[in-house]
Amino acid sequence: MALARKDLLGIKDLTPEEINLILETAGPMKEILGRDIKKVPTLRGKLVVLLFYEPSTRTRTSFELAAKYMGADTVNFSPAASSVEKGESLKDTAQTLEAMGADAVVIRHRSGGAAAFLARTLKAAVLNGGDGMHEHPTQALLDMFTIKEKLGRLEGIKVAIVGDILHSRVARSNIYGLTKMGAEVRVVGPPTLLPPDIEKLGVKVFFRMEEGLEGVDVINMLRIQKERQERGLFPSLREYMNLYKLTAQRLKLARPGALVLHPGPINRGIEIDPEVADGMQSVIKEQVTNGVAVRMALLYLMIGGGK
Amino acid sequence: MMAIFIRGGRVIDPSQNLDEELEVLIEGDRIAALGRDLSPPPGAKIISAHGKIVAPGFIDMHVHLREPGYEHKETIATGTRAAAAGGFTSVVCMANTLPVADNVGVIAYIKEKARKEGMVRVYPVGAVSKGQEGEEMAEIGDLASAGVVALSDDGRPVMNSLVMRYALEYARMFNLPIISHCEDENLANGGVMHEGYMSTVLGLRGIPAAAEEVMVARDLILAEMTGGKIHLAHLSTAGSVRLLKEARSRGIRVSAEVTPHHLCLTDKMVETYDTNTKVNPPLRPDEHRQALVEALVQGIIEVIATDHAPHAQEEKEQEYDYAPFGISGLETAVPLVITCLVLPGQLSWSQMIRAWSTNPARILGIPGGTLAEGSVADVTIIDPDREKEVDSQKFYSKGRNTPLTGWKLKGWPAVTIVGGKVVMEEGQVLE
Repeated sequence: MALARKDLLGIKDLTPEEINLILETAGPMKEILGRDIKKVPTLRGKLVVLLFYEPSTRTRTSFELAAKYMGADTVNFSPAASSVEKGESLKDTAQTLEAMGADAVVIRHRSGGAAAFLARTLKAAVLNGGDGMHEHPTQALLDMFTIKEKLGRLEGIKVAIVGDILHSRVARSNIYGLTKMGAEVRVVGPPTLLPPDIEKLGVKVFFRMEEGLEGVDVINMLRIQKERQERGLFPSLREYMNLYKLTAQRLKLARPGALVLHPGPINRGIEIDPEVADGMQSVIKEQVTNGVAVRMALLYLMIGGGK
Repeated sequence: MMAIFIRGGRVIDPSQNLDEELEVLIEGDRIAALGRDLSPPPGAKIISAHGKIVAPGFIDMHVHLREPGYEHKETIATGTRAAAAGGFTSVVCMANTLPVADNVGVIAYIKEKARKEGMVRVYPVGAVSKGQEGEEMAEIGDLASAGVVALSDDGRPVMNSLVMRYALEYARMFNLPIISHCEDENLANGGVMHEGYMSTVLGLRGIPAAAEEVMVARDLILAEMTGGKIHLAHLSTAGSVRLLKEARSRGIRVSAEVTPHHLCLTDKMVETYDTNTKVNPPLRPDEHRQALVEALVQGIIEVIATDHAPHAQEEKEQEYDYAPFGISGLETAVPLVITCLVLPGQLSWSQMIRAWSTNPARILGIPGGTLAEGSVADVTIIDPDREKEVDSQKFYSKGRNTPLTGWKLKGWPAVTIVGGKVVMEEGQVLE
């Protein structure tokens, strides 16, 4: 089996069958990660380029590990260390990568649509590692993998995504993925941090944690950025914490044993209490491991033997 | 100058309520006669217009010719050739050049360049404020004597309401309209497309309809207060239309324009992140588009104008956030409106011609807009049956930035005559 697509730009384009295929392929990949020698030769001779225009530790490292465990060579191409600083256009950068013989390019960019732009320009597979406020498909896939692994299913479960939905590509990709797989998705946040017409994506909208968390199976907490306050979207971090911090008390609103996810990096003590982040219900560390497995699966399905 | 005899065409001239098969005789730079059974004088150039529409020359009262300062995007030479190819006999060029057209020197430069290198009539607009900074009025008296036909900081709004108030009052003594780019920059908040469902899906920063509407409301209030003459540029929302309708019903001195892209395209087109769909004001959802069409049909919006905004290829070949706003519109505007609105029967030929010729001439007080005997011989002939695919690589404009590449459009301009001189025939500009 393979994914019959050159690029992975977003979850919106995927069918439930494709999502299942990726999640099912990630299972055996996770098994590889548990071995003593975490290396298979599946992608030997392949070049995976990590093109990161935005700082990112975990996504970049996760992709890099995934590629390396699969035997591929990796190259980091990031603004601070390349000609991007000199203002080379994305188009020219793409042509350079093509000339270097990239088989896959993972792009992280602050502008929505940058991955689509690159995909149009390149013959190589393009994997969207997060583009602006648009999508972060691998994050949603690893979140779904984690939920399914823990709860055994996605269909029929209730997931609350909490925080800055407006600027969140993680939220959008999760909404598409979870709704496609039959989950009920709620978004919880202040009206100023909810994008217009978000309910048209098939989610329920809540302003208050007390209502939004009621009886959910999964809580996915988003990172809040101080910059949003500076732009006037909420009055202070103090008030944000009062209204939206996931505390042990609030966690009790959810179904007993509900999972707590966070795409990281967490603002410890701001959107989530340390005792919750480190608590029994938190699967934040699992998400990191699963991220590598899901990305291995994707590379395999897109440029590996599966093709 | 040779006489021109246009034979067999359907002459539609809203200025005279004409819509019939008539012959048109041009002698020198004037319309000499209009009638049935005229015969051509010896030696006249004969243009057969059977099956075609003969209209007073189209006036595009909103273009960016980019010269001086941005000659890599467009020049007066290329922009006016694009205009001729697109069926326009006159263009009104905006002041956001480099340096800004806020002084006599720049206006004189534009006029001189247009005289030497232009293919159609060029009417410059002067800036409202010095440097288009929105702080101090430009020397409007000077600009008026240099021959500007309107004032505008287009490309940028005049955010300060007091500056706008004074400009509207002051411009009254020169009877110059102020063309307002209605956009509240704070509400626009760095957006790159319409704020709504599509911006949510695409993860792009949105410009709400309200960013335009609050400024439309402000400008209408100031126009009423000052008695100044205001023209609202490129309206794009249903709310703007409601405000305009209300103001006009109370007799406020205001006119407004709409672009072909806002009349025919929607924000659905942004889906592919094609930066050629990035334009300000942004493409809006269909309910806004429909309101604009209705307002045009009802004469609430009186003018169609392209807001021709050419950009270099490398400027548009970027991430959506980074690409500049604008569509190169001169060479597709007429067939787009005909294909989308006239041929399907939503807009009549005479309504379109009124909005693209008669009304802009009246609002700006410039020659043209009529085929009445003795008026300037500016004529646009349209072939309603001609179908052609848009190929931006063949544009006369330097700006190839159109979202219409590959679209099949029907109803192309066939001949453009400026001051008794044929400047375009069958899509070819005649040097």
